[in-house]
Amino acid sequence: MTSRVLAGTEVELNEEGFFVDATQWTDEMATELADEWGVPTPLTEQHWQVLHFMRQEYFEKGTGPTVRKLGKSSGVSVKELYQLFPKGPAKLAARVAGIPKPRGCI
Amino acid sequence: MRVTHRPKRCVILGAGTGGTLAANRLRKTHEEEELVIDIVDQNNQHVYQPGLLFVPFGLAEPEEIVRRRDRQLHRGITYHQSAIEAVDLSNDVVTLENGTTLGYDVLLVATGSVLQPEETEGLSGPGWLDTVFTFYDVEGATALAEKLETFDSGRLVINVVDMPVKCPVAPLEFAFLADWYFTERGVRDNISITYVTPLDGAFTKPTASMALTSLLEEKGIELRTEFNTAEVDGEAGLLIGYDGTEIPFDLAVVIPLHGGAEYVNNSPGLGDELGFVPTNNATLQSEVAPNVFVIGDAADIPASKAGSVTHFEGEVLIENMEAFLDGRDLEAEFDGHANCFIETGFSKALLIDFNYETEPLRGHYPGPVGLPLLKESRLNHIGKLMFQSFYWHGLLPGRDLPGLSADMPTFGKRLPTEDEASLTTTTGDTQT
Ligand SMILES: Cc1cc2nc3c(=O)[nH]c(=O)nc-3n(C[C@H](O)[C@H](O)[C@H](O)COP(=O)(O)OP(=O)(O)OC[C@H]3O[C@@H](n4cnc5c(N)ncnc54)[C@H](O)[C@@H]3O)c2cc1C
Repeated sequence: MTSRVLAGTEVELNEEGFFVDATQWTDEMATELADEWGVPTPLTEQHWQVLHFMRQEYFEKGTGPTVRKLGKSSGVSVKELYQLFPKGPAKLAARVAGIPKPRGCI
Repeated sequence: MRVTHRPKRCVILGAGTGGTLAANRLRKTHEEEELVIDIVDQNNQHVYQPGLLFVPFGLAEPEEIVRRRDRQLHRGITYHQSAIEAVDLSNDVVTLENGTTLGYDVLLVATGSVLQPEETEGLSGPGWLDTVFTFYDVEGATALAEKLETFDSGRLVINVVDMPVKCPVAPLEFAFLADWYFTERGVRDNISITYVTPLDGAFTKPTASMALTSLLEEKGIELRTEFNTAEVDGEAGLLIGYDGTEIPFDLAVVIPLHGGAEYVNNSPGLGDELGFVPTNNATLQSEVAPNVFVIGDAADIPASKAGSVTHFEGEVLIENMEAFLDGRDLEAEFDGHANCFIETGFSKALLIDFNYETEPLRGHYPGPVGLPLLKESRLNHIGKLMFQSFYWHGLLPGRDLPGLSADMPTFGKRLPTEDEASLTTTTGDTQT
């Protein structure tokens, strides 16, 4: 675990750059995180839609959704998700949205 | 003591691995005056699905792995053959497509998972069953057997579109067997084999993933990780990723997306976005209604979608369903135990054993003189072959096998060194 200062506030991240405590995240941290992880900025309305959806799911269900679930329920198609968060929408969006790593499928 | 009140009604949806074993176990422990059991399935062909892996290579014939469903059920269980239309959770009623309605006191969802090739652009379009196949159903495996017989040169690509899939090791086993098959036929040098996965390694579990990656290397099978298939173009012979990357093929063996059975989506409140039923990891009671339980692939729990998991769930499930019917607390807990033989070709296989918490370990199963774990051996291959007989005669009828219990054994296993143990912190790294 490491501490970092984002948008003027100290937060805890794990070795892979995921937030340990999702309540430490604020909207202002998103752009800095996006730049760091190669998500095209400035963040668009669709980016925000996905980020807020990720957080809502996390707080409701205890884990962020997978790409397939995002595609079915966030209002943004899987194809668009890959444009917004190239390489890996679920992992990248989780990092930028300040939630722990989504649990995978086994 | 004679029971005078009305018998309780148990309805089981799906007469595959989980539905059949649960029905049989419940029938053994409950008199008919006490509990009425109805079970529903859409067809009368019970497929021994692990056998599908062998069909493309001529190692099993389709007839050998299919039996009648109703014959696997003990006397005193009513079998309905019809597709399920919907479950009405607020009125405790199931509607079947043939018009029958079944009321229940306790419902068991055991409808597994369905293949959804139509969810991937192009996959079931031109080239399907010509240059693009799956071996995950009888039709596909049979057609692929014919195709492989005359496939003498070119690029074979094996692709898992996305998780979850049934038996996540089966696609790797297919790659190993293809290597063996083409070697036997003397054409291996003219054929390249590429394994394409959305995962960041060969498999979801890090320790097993390392062992499997080196096996792929040894066998000259190329591994492409973190590939997210957007489209399969059977005519042009291309897998196209969401990032635009293309992987050319002459023959593609694709594991399509999996989802829950269709009726789940027509049953308000029953399933999640993918049609799987939210289920308590430990008790196997659903999170959608207290009188609904789930076994097997239909459950949204963080365990492999595998017959072995379904089997180990059986014990816990029955205990908890009984407790529920008697109005007691649910005390039995499932630990996520999975146990997979991984066929590696040339009459050898590897065995892995793990649960929610513990990575696959080295050592022996189920005790010190058992089968070697995480290591290729002939004994494991024989184990895999013998499993079919155990499936029909032990697992489905609900017989307990001495030494094989639901909880994962640790006796006989080499516990991980610190290095290996630290790997467990990265489990779940299967997300794209
Ligand atoms: C190629 C392959 C290889 C495998 N190898 C292994 C292995 O080596 N080891 C292992 O442990 N597991 C293996 N598995 C996985 C294993 O077969 C499954 O995990 C197991 O059968 C799951 O049991 P289940 O009861 O949940 O589902 P199933 O056995 O699939 O049963 C579900 C039933 O529900 C019925 N159904 C679905 N929808 C409806 C509807 N709407 N109306 C009526 N009925 C419906 C279906 O007809 C089916 O009979 C393999 C699977 C495949 C495909």
